[in-house]
Amino acid sequence: MVESYRQQSPLDHLALTTHPARHADDAGLILGQRSFMELINLRGDANRSDFTDAVRHAVKIDLPISANTAAGKLAGPHILWLGPDEWLIVAKPGSGERMATALRNALAGQHAAVTETGQSRTCIMIGGSHARDVLAKGCALDLHPSAFGAGQCAQTLLAKAGVILHLPLAPKGAEPMFEIHVLRSFAAYLWAWLEDAAQEYGLRVDI
Amino acid sequence: MFLIDCPYCGPREETEFSYGHEAHVHRPAGAAAEKLSDAEWADYLFMRKNPKGVHLERWVHTHGCRRWFNAARNTHSNEILAIYRVGEKPPKGLAQ
Amino acid sequence: MTKQFRLPEGGRIDRERRLGFSFNGRAFRGYAGDTLASALLANGVHLVGRSFKYHRPRGIFSAGSEEPNALVQLERGERTIANLLATRIPLYDGLTATSVNCWPSPEFDLMAVNGLFHRIFPAGFYYKTFMWPVSGWKLYEYFIRRAAGLGRAPEHPDPDTYDKMNTHADVVVVGAGPAGLQAALAAGRAGARVLICDEQTEFGGQLLNERAEIDGLPAFEWVAAAESELAAMPDVRLLKHTTAFGHYDHNFVALIETRAAKISDGEGKTRQRLWRVRAKRVVLATGAIERPLIFSDNDRPGVMLAGAARTYVNRYAVRPGSRAVLFTNNDDAYRTALDLKAAGISVPAVIDVRHAPGGELPAKVMAAGIEVIERSAIVGVEGTRRVKAIEVMKMNDAGSGVTGKPRRIECDLIACSGGWNPVVHLHSHAGGKNVWRDDFGIFVPGPTVQASAAAGAANGSFSLQACLDQGAQAGAEAIKLIGFTPAKASQPRATNDPTEEPWRNLWLIPSTRPTGERGKHFLDQQNDVTAADIELAIREGYRSVEHAKRYTTLGMATDQGKTGNIPGHAILAKALGQDIPATGTTTFRPPYTPVTMGAVAGRMVDQFFDPARRTPMHAWHESAGCKWEDVGQWKRPWYYPKPGESMDDAVSRECLTVRNAVGILDATTLGKIDIQGPDAAEFLNRVYTNAWSKLSPGRCRYGLMLRDDGMIFDDGVTSCLAENHYLMTTTSGGAARVLAWLEEWLQTEWPELKVYLTSVTEQYATLSLAGPNARALLGELTADIDLSPDTFPFMSWRTGTVGGVPARVFRISFTGESAYEINVPASAGAALWTDVMHAGEKHGITPYGTEAMHVLRAEKGFIIAGQETDGSVTPYDLGMDWIVSAKKPDFIGKRSLQRADCMRVDRKQLVGLLPKNPTDLLPEGGQIVKEVLKSPPMPMLGHVTSSYRSATLGRTFALALVKSGRERIGQTVHVPLEDRSIACDIVNPVFYDPDGSRLNG
Repeated sequence: MVESYRQQSPLDHLALTTHPARHADDAGLILGQRSFMELINLRGDANRSDFTDAVRHAVKIDLPISANTAAGKLAGPHILWLGPDEWLIVAKPGSGERMATALRNALAGQHAAVTETGQSRTCIMIGGSHARDVLAKGCALDLHPSAFGAGQCAQTLLAKAGVILHLPLAPKGAEPMFEIHVLRSFAAYLWAWLEDAAQEYGLRVDI
Repeated sequence: MFLIDCPYCGPREETEFSYGHEAHVHRPAGAAAEKLSDAEWADYLFMRKNPKGVHLERWVHTHGCRRWFNAARNTHSNEILAIYRVGEKPPKGLAQ
Repeated sequence: MTKQFRLPEGGRIDRERRLGFSFNGRAFRGYAGDTLASALLANGVHLVGRSFKYHRPRGIFSAGSEEPNALVQLERGERTIANLLATRIPLYDGLTATSVNCWPSPEFDLMAVNGLFHRIFPAGFYYKTFMWPVSGWKLYEYFIRRAAGLGRAPEHPDPDTYDKMNTHADVVVVGAGPAGLQAALAAGRAGARVLICDEQTEFGGQLLNERAEIDGLPAFEWVAAAESELAAMPDVRLLKHTTAFGHYDHNFVALIETRAAKISDGEGKTRQRLWRVRAKRVVLATGAIERPLIFSDNDRPGVMLAGAARTYVNRYAVRPGSRAVLFTNNDDAYRTALDLKAAGISVPAVIDVRHAPGGELPAKVMAAGIEVIERSAIVGVEGTRRVKAIEVMKMNDAGSGVTGKPRRIECDLIACSGGWNPVVHLHSHAGGKNVWRDDFGIFVPGPTVQASAAAGAANGSFSLQACLDQGAQAGAEAIKLIGFTPAKASQPRATNDPTEEPWRNLWLIPSTRPTGERGKHFLDQQNDVTAADIELAIREGYRSVEHAKRYTTLGMATDQGKTGNIPGHAILAKALGQDIPATGTTTFRPPYTPVTMGAVAGRMVDQFFDPARRTPMHAWHESAGCKWEDVGQWKRPWYYPKPGESMDDAVSRECLTVRNAVGILDATTLGKIDIQGPDAAEFLNRVYTNAWSKLSPGRCRYGLMLRDDGMIFDDGVTSCLAENHYLMTTTSGGAARVLAWLEEWLQTEWPELKVYLTSVTEQYATLSLAGPNARALLGELTADIDLSPDTFPFMSWRTGTVGGVPARVFRISFTGESAYEINVPASAGAALWTDVMHAGEKHGITPYGTEAMHVLRAEKGFIIAGQETDGSVTPYDLGMDWIVSAKKPDFIGKRSLQRADCMRVDRKQLVGLLPKNPTDLLPEGGQIVKEVLKSPPMPMLGHVTSSYRSATLGRTFALALVKSGRERIGQTVHVPLEDRSIACDIVNPVFYDPDGSRLNG
């Protein structure tokens, strides 16, 4: 694990804490970042109960088997479905190594792969009444609430960056915010694109 | 702009996919390949169908699940008549 | 003046909002709700331009997207747009427009002299210039260049913003006329997600132009009620001023929305938005376009489509003329006669090509005291810049000729109607067939592979009631097909909707002379194509409609022949002696109306055009003043010039520092693929040319990947991390391509292999230390990695802590120096880089870029896949036989290496080149010959793949691929350039440390 003071997010150079839209009122679009989230890429055969059991044992979440869905509780880790034999475990900073080890131990002897990828990406948060409109400017997915609701996720293209898009369940009364897990090399590009796309709706930066 | 029904992720826009090439091309491997004449090997390497009509072809969901799959597409109308997984046979009536 | 042309009341204009505008430098006034065309007509301006070829004066011909003549240049400077239709530009205050294709003004156009030379502008003029005497070219070129200008492109970047929006809908309804609104209501009431768009600024379609009634009330009231009902539905999107310009595969519809009311409004909002719409069902309620009658001199200003004349009167309260005659083959034009008369315009006659028209509308016209002249033709038009009078003659029964005495009727407006063409464009874009209906003489939408259907006039049903009924039905059908249940609702009735009698399609109106003599029968007014041109094309042997179209340019102007194409094809069919369906139509292609390039680009401009991928150390490089090299999408430091240094100076300094002290390179961009599974080693055996089974944990190996044709694809170092666990590196540009390729083999060819691949390119920041001082420097940064060469030899890796960061250190080298690639978590890369730079100061460290890296590796004869290779190079060609395993039963490309062509001895092989003059730098790509001959052909031996100045060697050098190169070592070859030739010696491609002692030391 890297000492936290040494870590830099791929958006550090933008000095977002001093962004002019930091406290904007009446914003139709809210942007934020969650840096250093732990990500674990998991591969395995979901048809085998020893695999799904091992994952449940290690992460305490049932592996989501349905396409484009996520599993997990409000505050805890989430597992996002990425493909028929691929998942992404998203957890709070600092918990990745322990969880990866637990998974590797639980999966010992099985044909499965546990790969930490948290350093590869950052998580851009996007919310507000026009979040779906801004996303729709660069994403061809059907983002209507009936087609992409809370608990759903997708790997797709946003502008010209590949992203993992996730709409987590929100606590009662709270506004849901999309999580965009983007490769760190694309993060500055995507942030600039989102700011640009948000212009007509008014932007607030929540960091 | 196609809408391609990824057998794993569901319908997605063409931009998320990459086209591969003709599906079901048998690759002679190892000793079987050694036995082939240059012409026979070249036939495997280079010669592909190019029909006006149903074409069995491979696509990969590059910006999604990264899985390869097969599609039967009418090259004239661009109708996608069937999508099926790697290792599966083309649906009846579409086999070439 | 204005009052004379503007009706005192009525119309859908806002008389409270007066707007000033300028056209060709003259100031005018109009009202909100006007188009530029209606405002010009309200000021008595008919003449708006000159034709393309003959520069004939042309007037406003239509009131919509089909307009062939009224093309204008809107605004000036950077915001200018060429070739917009005056009939489609909503008037705004301060609008400035000029005519295109005339100089200095449409009233006095110097190019009109072209009309006198019409004999040199026959059909196929452009093609014929290629066959005419070459000496004529000066003349032809002058005319072609002058004639080819329609409008002017802006000379500066467009300051406005355009963007795109993706959306999905259950039902997309194109066109918000009676059919479209009904379809949207049917779908929306059932709860479907609906998008309805219309190119006009108001919904209502043709109803906006008519004095029609629905359920006993003015049709506008029904339109307003329908619109507010739709607007109240949560999942219905209404887009006005939005043209569906293309219908593509799998029910993809592209729309262009004009969002800024006026062009200078661009600030703060997007001027236009391109909607990318995916529909489950499409309802095409695109209406119909009136077609003209093709009579002699039918292009004179004052000739207008009958429906357009009615539109100007009813919708814009404008008198398009003071004395109008109608010329028609159908009943609908009689509506125009009645509406014009009701507006106080004198209507002396309706000339009908039919025999004894006896429908309800003709009866009303006759009752209104307007003379109906049956079975007659306009055979001549007086007036050049404005119609003054016409000559009318009786036709024979067949309509093929005229008889009797001509009768002269004075008029300043000829409102003509040759029937209506359904707008089948969108249906056709997506591959739909069109079917000929002989009763009307129209093409209607036929079978299609798209989930779409046409309704109303677009489907050849022209009465208001039919439009209302078909629209509702199409909407209901659409939603039923996707699982909705239509809601019950009462259906509107068109009241006061007279029935109409059949049209008589007479494609070419006879005159007193053969076609083309004196008067011209124009089919395509924008491209100046006449009936005579079509007949000439047939005489010259053109048979296919596609050929005749290209030869004559019929329908190839910006309006794509929306008005004249069908009559043109009919004339073509007649000349060929066949029917119209056998002749066919040309293919309609998107866009339906021109689309600005700005909208096509959207926000994908400047920094958004292509992502610039940044490594974790990007900010450091930037502050160090590096020059960047684009590698794929990555930004990589190219070199770091110090003040006053040239590129050569900087690269030489960086190279020498690596050779003599230590350099640091940001190698983060190298592709990294994590490979896990019990069959991982077997997988590597199959994808690389060399053997991998014996690579033990802690060790690294270089590998070469071939395509199955035996040609080099990519290369890199793969390390064994643990049993069944490897880390593969790829070239920076090839990372995604290699992963996709490996997945393809794994998933499609070898599904039995138990291997998982995961990209970890961005998980790590990679800092590469190279040079004789690298070990000492690294030793200061790590306490837990034993760096002694015996325990940490070349081509191995260790883990530990470097600068307080957990690291994996690889002892591999691309420079030929002792080198360490340090992989650390990406978020710590920048901090570690700074620490290494500090610690490295006393070791003489310098950051080096990709250029120095390229020089250093070339000095060692190391290849770069994609530079020394180009998809036609085998390992043998590079002299890398050592990396090709003969023992493995199979690997990708193995069999191909045994193909006779890959075994040829005269294949191009990798060699070194040393220019005889050590300061001569060969250009990369330079062709190599054995001797320089006075004139070509000179047999080509090969080409230069890499060429640099080497500070280490104190001279220039190059790598090259040369036929039988290894045999030619010691020979002299030449690289001929434009002004000189460079002589070089062929040498071994390893220029530095051939025994590798520095690498291993």
